[in-house]
Amino acid sequence: MAAATQRMEVTLATALESVDLAESIVTRVAKTAGFDEEEVHKLGIAVREGVVNAYNYGNQQDPRKKIHLEIEFEPERMIVHVADEGTGFELGEVPDPLAEENLMRTSGRGLFLMRAFLDELTVRRGAAGGAELVMSKKLPRNAAGHGRARDE
Amino acid sequence: MLLQGTCREVGEVAVVDFSGKITLGEGSATLRHTIRELIQAGRRKILLNLEDVDYIDSAGLGELAGGCMAARKAGGELKLVNLTRRVSDLLQIARLFSVFDVQADEAAALRSFR
Repeated sequence: MAAATQRMEVTLATALESVDLAESIVTRVAKTAGFDEEEVHKLGIAVREGVVNAYNYGNQQDPRKKIHLEIEFEPERMIVHVADEGTGFELGEVPDPLAEENLMRTSGRGLFLMRAFLDELTVRRGAAGGAELVMSKKLPRNAAGHGRARDE
Repeated sequence: MLLQGTCREVGEVAVVDFSGKITLGEGSATLRHTIRELIQAGRRKILLNLEDVDYIDSAGLGELAGGCMAARKAGGELKLVNLTRRVSDLLQIARLFSVFDVQADEAAALRSFR
């Protein structure tokens, strides 16, 4: 991938189809960046969960709102941002899905899976006022030059 | 790949062979409806064969938990068998091995029903 595509922004509709679309975009970029199949799978699940979070909880399935996906590369990391247009939330507010009383709950595992499959997950206030999930994964050693191209 | 479930009867046990992804949307709905229909039809011994399911997201895990609870509430049992490595890893991470009844193979699973 050329240096010109080091950063990519996609605006997605608040629709269930956007979940698969976001996953597909990010996994393609991750494959091109040199991640192996397992890491691509983990990144795909994390992004899927992030967009589901934006669709369900952030934008409350409101089709007038958008989901903002951004992919960027730093020299050592691939970073994916998923931002919604909701009211935002704090990671500390989310119940622990591993707590005994929550193990059989039918929801509430998305953020946990994101954390499990990423090197770093942070939540901050996005430009649109909603939550912005910042997902980070270290680039593999054989990365396809995304980070280096920026330095050159 | 859309989730597909094929139900077969082995003695008193309803075995459902699933293939595809169990993710938010059609996949999770198919799983939910399949389990619900079996319970409504009076089936109390349900075995989900996940041999051809390589992808489950948090919504899918939630549906499995919900199905398990629904079966127990109806006085029945719901068990899982033939997990792929990815699904097994996911259940491990989410600590669901401690609450789901996961069997190593179909023969053992069939024997384990009360």
